[in-house]
Amino acid sequence: MYQQPNERGHYGQFGGRFVPETLMPAVLELEAAYQSVKDDPAFLETFHYYLKDYVGRETPLYYAERLTEKLGGAKIYLKREDLNHTGAHKINNALGQALLTKHMGKKKVVAETGAGQHGVATATACALLGLECIVFMGEEDIKRQKLNVFRMELLGAKVEPVKHGSATLKDAVNEALRYWVSHVEDTHYIIGSVVGPHPFPQIVRDFQSMIGTETKSQFKEKTGKLPDALIACIGGGSNAMGMFYPFVDDASVKMYGVEAGGHGIETGKHAATLTGGSVGVLHGTMTYLLQDADGQITEADSISAGLDYPGIGPEHAHLKEINRVQYVSATDQDALAGLKLLSETEGIIPALESAHAIGYLPKLTKTLPKDATIVVCLSGRGDKDVETVKGVLGGQSYE
Amino acid sequence: MSKQQLDAQFKNVLDRGDKLFVPYIMAGDGGLEKLNDQIKFLETAGASAIELGLPFSDPVADGETIQQAGIRSLKAGTTVKGVFETLKKSKGHKIPIILMTYMNPVFHYGVENFADACVEAGVSGLIVPDLPMEEESMVSEIFKAHDLALIRLVALTSPKSRREALKKRTEGFLYAVTVTGTTGERHTFTERVDHYLEDLKQGAHVPVLAGFGISTPDQVKALSKHADGVIVGSRIVKALHDGDYQVIESLIHASKKND
Repeated sequence: MYQQPNERGHYGQFGGRFVPETLMPAVLELEAAYQSVKDDPAFLETFHYYLKDYVGRETPLYYAERLTEKLGGAKIYLKREDLNHTGAHKINNALGQALLTKHMGKKKVVAETGAGQHGVATATACALLGLECIVFMGEEDIKRQKLNVFRMELLGAKVEPVKHGSATLKDAVNEALRYWVSHVEDTHYIIGSVVGPHPFPQIVRDFQSMIGTETKSQFKEKTGKLPDALIACIGGGSNAMGMFYPFVDDASVKMYGVEAGGHGIETGKHAATLTGGSVGVLHGTMTYLLQDADGQITEADSISAGLDYPGIGPEHAHLKEINRVQYVSATDQDALAGLKLLSETEGIIPALESAHAIGYLPKLTKTLPKDATIVVCLSGRGDKDVETVKGVLGGQSYE
Repeated sequence: MSKQQLDAQFKNVLDRGDKLFVPYIMAGDGGLEKLNDQIKFLETAGASAIELGLPFSDPVADGETIQQAGIRSLKAGTTVKGVFETLKKSKGHKIPIILMTYMNPVFHYGVENFADACVEAGVSGLIVPDLPMEEESMVSEIFKAHDLALIRLVALTSPKSRREALKKRTEGFLYAVTVTGTTGERHTFTERVDHYLEDLKQGAHVPVLAGFGISTPDQVKALSKHADGVIVGSRIVKALHDGDYQVIESLIHASKKND
């Protein structure tokens, strides 16, 4: 049976805890706190209460008939994480970690955000539970995602713009880590993906794994079987990890992680860490990274702010190494095409992140038999991206 | 310079009644061609060793001043190899050179290759702030085999058990972080710092140096009283960048017994 990570927080050669000594006690405290609640019925009952009555779980598993017809291949199902409160899967983890914050007796929370979805989710969970919240966000992303910034402010969070480097998600993580180093005694860091030092990748995976668990039982109810394939988009990789993890031991289920190919892997302007990167240490973990010949981290490039990250969760690096998941990529153009395709065939506007998974479907369905089944993790809705998409497609659609 | 020579030099300074003073500089800030002169200047001004920063794109333990110096250095084209080459070109420095960098540049260079290059360039030890003892087996045996000191950092947040373990493991000196935060100038230190330093000195087999936030001669004196000396980073980096050499001399002088 698949069992990761080990007691040191390593997934094969990946993972670990590469943080300054000042943070080590907090990381160890978090690990102890998480171990004490992860199987505690009272904690889980509270978590599930909010997931059901507040977030609106479980989310539907929907057979996308018109999309299936249009692509003319395998049957496509959508796991509708876009229907969660706040519009994406991010709320699952934010809520779990906010409850953990309270359990540890801390009253303040710091978070980073790229597209703003994790920032909104964290601000929401903090408003719900009465926690103080500060969110670091790159200036470039603030420009791309103005509405989400305003949402966070309405929810009572403080949004701190980050000007350094590429002024995107990587730099927001750096600043959130620096803030945490300085405020570690009363603040918890709610990291938004399966990245960072152990135990974060494990905590985030576990708090997202209801995606896969629900999918499994919903699919069984509909068809009596397991799906033949799962597909999800990957930046840090939390929605994919949540979807994949409960299926890792089901050898018949193929899994595909779709990274952001940006302008195309061959151009060097992309965010496809596993396809175009190499192993290194960033933000507390050993994993695949985009880096130059001297080990300096390079800038990622994607139309989607949420995938614009030069690292990836260490467990994905491990799943690649053991050949359990196939990692592929979809370009900005593929994602835009995917967004239009799903909007026109199913009346669902996906987030640009999720549109990468949709954008890869035309290629994937060709490789599978017609009676095969695919579940797509539709991680978020596209309301936040409408302006960006209008900027790119506007001419064609409105003239 | 070997680990043993570093130990001997530090002992000499302490034996004559001075405190240790280790300035931090960013390699390649202002261009790598200036590096050996910068080291020479600090040596002449009375520094006990140099903590030489190798720039990294994502330095999470560093505050604004050192981040900016790193960005300037990388923009000027500094590479890990370039730093080693530059150090080799010098006729040999009289005080120990200790490299400070993050794990990724070391890992990417290859730990074994990195250690070889350190020895060739005359480097005595390393400080890797994102390598806690839980992960140090990645480098510790290799560094030991190369006679390089792996200098451990201890923090105000470290509980007693970790402080003792780090004190026991460290080589060269113990780097006592004096603020709960990143590097950069501070006006005040928590009252706990004095006791924390005294406590670390108890039974330590190497000198205990206080670092992070120290930026005035008064602070050098105040913290040295409870430790074996200090490390000053951001203030030195800023002064070198501004060409403010007197500031540096007065900081170093504050560590001498006749100041």
